[in-house]
Amino acid sequence: MRTVYLDNNATSAIAPEVLEAMLPYLSDLYGNPSSMHTFGGQVGHAVEKARGEVASLLGADASEILFTSCGSESNNTVLASALSSRPEKKHIITTRVEHPAILAPCQYYERQGYRVTYLAVDARGRLNLDEYAAALSEDTAVVSIMFANNEVGNIFPIADMVSMAKEKGILFHTDAVQAVGKIPIDLKTLPVDFLSLSGHKLHAPKGIGVLYIRKGTRFRPHLRGGHQERGRRAGTENVPYIIGMGKAAVLAGQNIQQERTVVAALRDRLETELLQRIPDTIVNGDTENRLPNTSSIAFKNVEGEAILLMLDRLGICASSGSACTSGSLEPSHVLRAMGVPFNYAHGSIRLSLSRYTTAEEIDYVIQEFPPVIERLRALSPFK
Amino acid sequence: MWNYSEKVHEHFLAPHNAGSLADANAIGEVGSLACGDALKLYLKISANGIIENAGFETFGCASAIASSSVLTDMVKGKHVDEALKISNKDIATALGGLPKEKMHCSVMGQEALEAAIRNWRGEPAVPHAHEEGALVCKCFGITDAQIIRAIRENGLKTVEEITQYTKAGGGCGDCHDAIAELLAQELGKKNLAEIKLAPPKRLTNVQRMQLVMKTIEDEIRPRLIQDGGDIELIDVDGPRVVVALRGRCAQCRSSQVTLKELVEKLLRDHVSDDVIVEEA
Repeated sequence: MRTVYLDNNATSAIAPEVLEAMLPYLSDLYGNPSSMHTFGGQVGHAVEKARGEVASLLGADASEILFTSCGSESNNTVLASALSSRPEKKHIITTRVEHPAILAPCQYYERQGYRVTYLAVDARGRLNLDEYAAALSEDTAVVSIMFANNEVGNIFPIADMVSMAKEKGILFHTDAVQAVGKIPIDLKTLPVDFLSLSGHKLHAPKGIGVLYIRKGTRFRPHLRGGHQERGRRAGTENVPYIIGMGKAAVLAGQNIQQERTVVAALRDRLETELLQRIPDTIVNGDTENRLPNTSSIAFKNVEGEAILLMLDRLGICASSGSACTSGSLEPSHVLRAMGVPFNYAHGSIRLSLSRYTTAEEIDYVIQEFPPVIERLRALSPFK
Repeated sequence: MWNYSEKVHEHFLAPHNAGSLADANAIGEVGSLACGDALKLYLKISANGIIENAGFETFGCASAIASSSVLTDMVKGKHVDEALKISNKDIATALGGLPKEKMHCSVMGQEALEAAIRNWRGEPAVPHAHEEGALVCKCFGITDAQIIRAIRENGLKTVEEITQYTKAGGGCGDCHDAIAELLAQELGKKNLAEIKLAPPKRLTNVQRMQLVMKTIEDEIRPRLIQDGGDIELIDVDGPRVVVALRGRCAQCRSSQVTLKELVEKLLRDHVSDDVIVEEA
């Protein structure tokens, strides 16, 4: 059976060039980058080259790039470091629609006595900058706002939000896991203190993440016990994956325009066609301002898990904000924060494309999707 | 991805008796759009109480659709009195089992069946059990009567299981304490009944030792670890169980209380009534 993979916000295919770049470091080039001998030293050079490649995708300096194991590690590390470097400040600002790797640590810090402001979103998932301005205070240690939302694709006004925080000398972190590689980010002009990204969302393998730490920002390591990563993260480097991350960053830089043109056009066609062919269907999120690859579509009066399983029979991979897929009983926290009506929230499906998605695949999905909804609606007591 | 049985897949992809029945004389409706699943069950019942035909409309996940489908198969040809004996467990079993997070789908089927038969009998067309008992879970509209029934019929032992079977407590979580109280009441009752009915179990030394170790690992340690403490089993000698408290428990001034109230009580509940806990 064929596979049409439209779940790239969950994870993405490893680019063939990335795999090829990694392979020597899984076989012959196994030296330790810290070793004094040439055999290890050459590996050290390759790691530094990869660091430079990631830096140049972000408009950063190589010394500002820290390799981690994943986006979640980057997020957790940032909050811990920011709070411990400003021990007198007891307030955090974030949003209600962050990834759990930010929300769960924030809830943990609340139990430790911190105050956390969770910024609300409107029905289209947009933040209110007045609410944000009012929340910034003398006591605020760090602001952590996602660059783009994983479920609906909304891009948040990070540039404005950073400058408002900077005026008050507050540390600013952005979880850019969904944004890097899909939209251009230039940290020369965007003065965030910290940025998290995850390799497997941009065609590197799972198990590699990056934390950007702006030069001069105080940082407290999470892992101690070695001089690696300039003493900021102990542990022998995950060399093959770092090399893969570097290559993926180069490819992302080369393809970034294509995301805005080719990928966005495919996404738009898919969305327009589904909306036309299936009645009582809406798009979740801020269609004016979102990632080029993401579409969150809600089908009235059908349940998301049932849709996903029927799509699965057709080889179509997608994901859902419905309650039933996660084992929780309520729709996703993002859709609830947006106040998406229940009869739509339970039937919300996220389709996320990549530069490997083909026009022919989109045609197939446009063809096969409507009968799935028709079948489930015929079964439903709500008409 | 859910580990659905082959049967669930079959019933989901090709549901039996799908759709409404034009000549239905009994209709049972449970669930709602807000809750994420809903079932409308249609029955055609003969004058002498035989279910001649059944149909359904379901909004929900694969297991909700499969539960509805298999239920219609199960009730067809049965007398209503027989049909009422079908429990949610029977529905789950007929599907080759359901993931525990999805057991509430089988409960929904059972409730719809009961509602439909009530409807046929001319009893008030309110959904099952909502008329009796107090509302416990406001998010999903679940009463104490529904929770108690699920506990009894399925032998539930934790709040989490109750959520999986009834959805109660699956929303804001405010009712977790109330659910825990119901559970404590129910389990207490059950233990009393057991004590009255069955003579105390006689354990061999090996059985006793294994049961002590299992109880400490499964029941006691997790609770202590949660509070930063720990426990180590030193010896089991007849009814005497010698333990050492570790971590935060070791310095805790109320460690004697922990020993008697928690460790001894749980060992008595799970192993035998005569356990005496001592500190090494």
